[in-house]
Amino acid sequence: MKLILNWAASCGGCDVSILDIGSEILKALEGVDILYWPVAMDAKREDLEAIEDGSVDVGIINGAIRTSEQEEEAKIVRKKCKYVVAYGSCACFGGIPGLANLFPKEKVLKRAYVEAESNEEGETIPSPEIKLDDFTLTLPEFYESVKPLDAVIDVDLFVPGCPPSIGTIKELLDVLKLIAEGKQLERRILASDKALCYDCPRNATKSGKRIERLYRPHEVVANDEKCLLEQGILCLGFATRGGCGARCINANMPCRGCYGPVGVAGMSGITATAAIVGRWEDEIPPAKLIEALNIKDVAGIFYNFTLPVGRIRNEKR
Amino acid sequence: MRKITIHPNTRLEGHGKVDIILDDEGNVKDAYFQVIEFRGFEKFCEGRHVEELPRITPKICGVCPGAHHMASAKACDAVFGVEIPPAAKKLRELFYCAHVAHSHILHFYVLAAPDFFIEDKMKRNVFGLVEVLGKELCAEILDCRVYAQRIQEIIAGHPIYPVAALPGGMAKPLSEEERKEIEEKAKKLVDFAKKGLEFFEDVVLKKEGMEELIKGDVYAHRTYYAGMVDEKDRVNFYDGVVKVVDPDGKEFCRFEVRDYLEHIAEHVEPWSYVKFPYLKAVGWKGFVDGVDSGIYRVNSLARLNVAEGMATPMADEAYRKMYDFFGEKPVHNILAYHWARLIEIAYAAERMYELACDEEITDKNVREVPKSKPSEGVGAVEAPRGTLYHHYVTNKKGVVEKVNLIVATVQNNPAINMSVKKAAQNFIKGGEIKEGLLNAVEMAVRAYDPCLACASHALPGRLDVEVRVIRDGEVVSVLRA
Repeated sequence: MKLILNWAASCGGCDVSILDIGSEILKALEGVDILYWPVAMDAKREDLEAIEDGSVDVGIINGAIRTSEQEEEAKIVRKKCKYVVAYGSCACFGGIPGLANLFPKEKVLKRAYVEAESNEEGETIPSPEIKLDDFTLTLPEFYESVKPLDAVIDVDLFVPGCPPSIGTIKELLDVLKLIAEGKQLERRILASDKALCYDCPRNATKSGKRIERLYRPHEVVANDEKCLLEQGILCLGFATRGGCGARCINANMPCRGCYGPVGVAGMSGITATAAIVGRWEDEIPPAKLIEALNIKDVAGIFYNFTLPVGRIRNEKR
Repeated sequence: MRKITIHPNTRLEGHGKVDIILDDEGNVKDAYFQVIEFRGFEKFCEGRHVEELPRITPKICGVCPGAHHMASAKACDAVFGVEIPPAAKKLRELFYCAHVAHSHILHFYVLAAPDFFIEDKMKRNVFGLVEVLGKELCAEILDCRVYAQRIQEIIAGHPIYPVAALPGGMAKPLSEEERKEIEEKAKKLVDFAKKGLEFFEDVVLKKEGMEELIKGDVYAHRTYYAGMVDEKDRVNFYDGVVKVVDPDGKEFCRFEVRDYLEHIAEHVEPWSYVKFPYLKAVGWKGFVDGVDSGIYRVNSLARLNVAEGMATPMADEAYRKMYDFFGEKPVHNILAYHWARLIEIAYAAERMYELACDEEITDKNVREVPKSKPSEGVGAVEAPRGTLYHHYVTNKKGVVEKVNLIVATVQNNPAINMSVKKAAQNFIKGGEIKEGLLNAVEMAVRAYDPCLACASHALPGRLDVEVRVIRDGEVVSVLRA
């Protein structure tokens, strides 16, 4: 079995997550020939290009797409591999860095290099080409927006999570085994089709009552055995796929949706929330709803990991 | 050494890039260390609920997320003007010592140690270390890092991305069962730290030529140093005031983190996505060291240089030993960063054990619900790689209006550029490039343990440097690790 692992606009956490499953990784990789894995092996772009097209079983890519190099590299991996896996929330949905899509690129650069409180006076912004003494130094140029992996290449398997949980990683290893045995792979998401609530240890404490009002996590001390939503803390478990093992909830913090939506990104959470908040006799007109919900940042809460795949209008460019 | 010509516009995603410019005589005129770091967190955190930032900002980096989580939570406490309960503070510090231990173990053993012992490039990794140190010790190294990861997971919910710190404290208290597990693991880490110090003193320092190298001038810069200290001027990772000493070790200033803007400014160069911080009172004088240049350094050695000692016995003894060995303070040689890191592993482990045995650590009161209106706050911790500042401004509803971050690695960026140039000058004379240039440049960069995970996408664990030597606008040589 031949394997390629690569990254795009990522933070390194996905690669660390693979290392964190410990010695099992060594067992799983027996008989696997890794041809390219920049975090762990010394292979360069030309080595990747030299691999024969279609000769690799699986390519696993983590991170979103933000530069032309990342897109080019993803396309090379696609050419070489029979199957491509989008690994982690950034590759699947754009992830947290996808929140940058709320702002035009120029504003993002300007904030960091000109406006930041600690900057010295000046208007210098790093640029893709800088001429110095007849020599040119270059930096990569960034796209206007962050894209998920399947916006630039076809993806066969989506493995969500920030990072994917140990359980999900083990499932992925099982899928790789099937591929090694010559089985055909259906295009799918490696997560539950049901909401996280079904797997949540606190699910049994739900009474199904409506929630009078919402609190932000720091505004109340949450009971660490009861459903957070019923305590009025907006937990996105009801609109998010299961598979993470409810790890944030076990730390007594609400779900923020890293496994991706059951249904439509963002909207599923918003409509489900609208359906259960407020008293029965209260008619909350849609315009007043968000205010009544005590949410000052709809994009950040409901599209925390999924803005680049959401049907939401970004700031005009 | 390969000679290849590359297209001048080739962009090398995923590299630390070094360009060395030669003058007419073929000597080193300039060296540029470039990293690629730009995802715009400072902008897209605007508009968010401020209490979400401790869960958003760790995604800056999958290697030091714990540092961002803590700095962010502390900035949030300051935004709401809330004092967290004593047990919450101890829990955070315990979590945080585990985070520093994991990072330092990873860096020293997986990355730095192979440099000291393994000549063969193909074996210069943690697996090659097995032949040098034996299987048993290597297994212990990997296990101990996992213990540190596990302690973080118990307290904060996940070994990579912690979630439990929020404005006003921690989301859940520690159970007695969990406390016991942490105590056992911390004990093992203390024993492991002791071995690490003995290994450095008895094996690394005794290696032929090492004493010369670590005391010599090749890898030394006389700069200012900054780091956080407690009320007795001892190193503290989680809390304290920032103390700055000059190149002679004299105290230059000390400040509360909320006043950081009065003391630190950032210079921007058009050829790097990473800024260049300097001491405002001294000023930016370019890439030079000495008392007249505002360049200062952070990370392990800097913390030890500004402090008067360590707060735990084994670490403090090792601290005295190190300064006796050098016979001077501050120590300017960058290879001493590695020794300082091992001393800090000892402190982190001893402090974890202390906290795990503290009666208050399982106290149920770990949250203070904020009462006042949110406005503005600064939080800082000593990240494994140096002081990390988070500065937030919100409206009265707790929606973020401005974010400023000064990341640890960035503060060593000016010094890394100097070290690279110095290393190059030693290996390139009159157009002749001596064998070993690449390794020397790598060692120079590596001592600082720069976190390129969020910069050039190379994890600490593997530094992928490409060196280009340029003369008359032409690339005369390209060297790659």
